[in-house]
Amino acid sequence: MAQESFISRTVASIPPSGIREFFDLVTTRDDVISLGVGEPDFATPWKICDAAIEALRRGVTSYTSNYGLLELREAIAEDISKRYALRYDPGSEILVTAGVSEGMDVAMRAILNSGDEVIVPEPCYVSYKPCVVLAGGRPVVVSTSADDDFRPQSSQVREVITARTKALLIGYPNNPTGAVLSRSALLQLAEIAEEHNLLVVADEIYGHLTYDGPHTCFASLPDMKPRTILLNGFSKAYAMTGWRVGYACGPAPIIEAMMRIHSYTALCSSVLAQVGAVEALHNCEAEMARMIAQYDQRRRLFIKGLNEIGLTCCQPQGTFYAFPSIKHTSLTSREFCRALLIEEGVATVPGDAFGQCGEGYIRCTYATGMDQLKEALSRMERFLSKLHRDQLSDDTRSAISVS
Amino acid sequence: MQQILEILEQEGPVDPQEIATRLNRPLEEVQAVVQQAEQQGILLGYRALINWEKTDTEKVYAFISVEATPEHNRGFDAIADYISRFEEVHALYLMSGLSDLTVVVEGDDFREIARFVSEKLAPVPGVRSTATSFVLKTYKTEGKTISQEPTDQRLAVSP
Repeated sequence: MAQESFISRTVASIPPSGIREFFDLVTTRDDVISLGVGEPDFATPWKICDAAIEALRRGVTSYTSNYGLLELREAIAEDISKRYALRYDPGSEILVTAGVSEGMDVAMRAILNSGDEVIVPEPCYVSYKPCVVLAGGRPVVVSTSADDDFRPQSSQVREVITARTKALLIGYPNNPTGAVLSRSALLQLAEIAEEHNLLVVADEIYGHLTYDGPHTCFASLPDMKPRTILLNGFSKAYAMTGWRVGYACGPAPIIEAMMRIHSYTALCSSVLAQVGAVEALHNCEAEMARMIAQYDQRRRLFIKGLNEIGLTCCQPQGTFYAFPSIKHTSLTSREFCRALLIEEGVATVPGDAFGQCGEGYIRCTYATGMDQLKEALSRMERFLSKLHRDQLSDDTRSAISVS
Repeated sequence: MQQILEILEQEGPVDPQEIATRLNRPLEEVQAVVQQAEQQGILLGYRALINWEKTDTEKVYAFISVEATPEHNRGFDAIADYISRFEEVHALYLMSGLSDLTVVVEGDDFREIARFVSEKLAPVPGVRSTATSFVLKTYKTEGKTISQEPTDQRLAVSP
C-alpha cells in the first residue's frame, strides 16, 4: 500500500524545507560553529521565565479567550501605540497566535479564495509561499537582487498585478537578507495597494531589530491601517522563540475571521507563553535594548570580516542575518554550504532555501557569541583559501559532486 | 566612553581596532578613551574570572561586617584605608544598614581567616565589633552565573 497516495495533492506539492539535509551533516561533527540558526543566542530574560513559573505555581493552566488574554492584547495595543502612534482596539483588532508562523497561516486562510494571487517578494522566510498554497492561493514571486539591496522595486510589483491579485506579502526587516524598506519605499507599495485595492500582510517580526533608525510599521502609513494585517511576535526581540507566541493586528472583521479559524484549530495560544509575553511588554525594554546593542556590535564586526575575506556583503540594516555573495567561487549555494560544513565545520544556510533568486548567496546568523563569530570568520577564510588553491579534502570534493 | 568600558568589563582586553569596528567609532577615539580611563583611575586593570571551586586549590572567602568608630572630618576613610592595606583583604565597602564596613577576606582555609580576624582586624584601633560569615558555595560572581547547564540548546540549523 502506498501511503503517499493518501496525502493531499496540495500538501504533496509543497517542497520540504531546503535545510533538512544540513541537520544530518551537522551531527557528523562535534566542533560545528553554527551560523545556521534563525533565532537569538540569548536565553529568554529571566523576568519573563519567572512570571511564567509564578503563573504555573498559581495554577494558571486554563484556556484563555480565543483572542488571547485581554491583559496581553492591551499591552500589545499600548506597545504599538507607543512605537508607531497607531491605535488598535484590544477588544476586536488583535489576535494572539502561536507566533507569526500561525498568524501567517490563519491570515492566508482567512483572506484567500481558490486561485487568488499573493505577491511575495523573494528571498523571503520559508513559510510564506507554502502558507499561500495551503490556503488555496497562488504565490506570485517578485525576485529582488543585490543591486537593489534586496528591496522590491515598485515597478516589479506593478508588473505582476493581475485581476486575481488579492494581497501583497512583505517581510521587512527581511529574513534572510537583513534588508529594510525605507518609509518612502513603503509609501510606494502603499500607493500600489491603494490603487489596486490590495490587502497587505506585513510580517514585522524583526521590526525591533533595526540598527540605522527606527522601523516604519506599514500599517502606520496614511490610510493603510484598514488594508493591513500586521503580524508580529516575541520570538526575536525578546528571545522567546520556543514559547510560540505572537499576534496579528488588523481590521476587526478580518481579525474576527482569523479568530474563527484559530478557535477551531488552536483554540488559544499557550496561556503560560501569554503570561510571559505580558511580562516582556511591561518590564523587559532594558533587556531587549541590551540584546539589540549586542547584535549591532556583532553585525559591524561580522560584515567587515566577511568583506575582508572576500565574501562581499551589503550592510544589513535589520535582523541578525548577513547574506553574502559566494558567486565568485563558482559553487552553487548548496555546494558551498555543504563544503564549508564538511571542510571547516561552519554551518550556514544556502540562499536558495529562501527563493530562487537567493542562489549565489548564503545566510549567516550573527546571533552568535563574539568569539564564535571570530572563529567562524577565520575558518571561512581558510576554507576560501583552500578552495582557491584547489586543496579541499576528498570528503568535501565527493560531497560537492554528490549534490 | 560607557560602551567602551562595558565591552572591556565584560570581555577583558579587546583589541581597540575591534572595539572601533563594533561601535562604529574612529580607532583614535577608542585609543584615547582607553588611555584616559587608565590615567584617571577609571580602568583599574584586566583580570580573569576563575572558579576556584573546580580546582584543587583551596580558597576560602568570608564576608565580615565591621562596626567602626568614625573619625572627626574623615568619617570612615582613614580606618578603611588602614584595613584595605592587609593583603588578606579582597574587597572593602562602606555600607548602609546595620554595620559600617563589609570586609571580604580571602584565605587558604577557615583557620587562616579566623586568625586574621582575631589577630589583625579586630584589634585595629576604631574597630568596635566584627561578625564573620564564611562563603560555602558560589552561585554567581561578578555578574557571571556558575552553572553546569549547557547554554546553547538551539538546533544547529533552522529557518
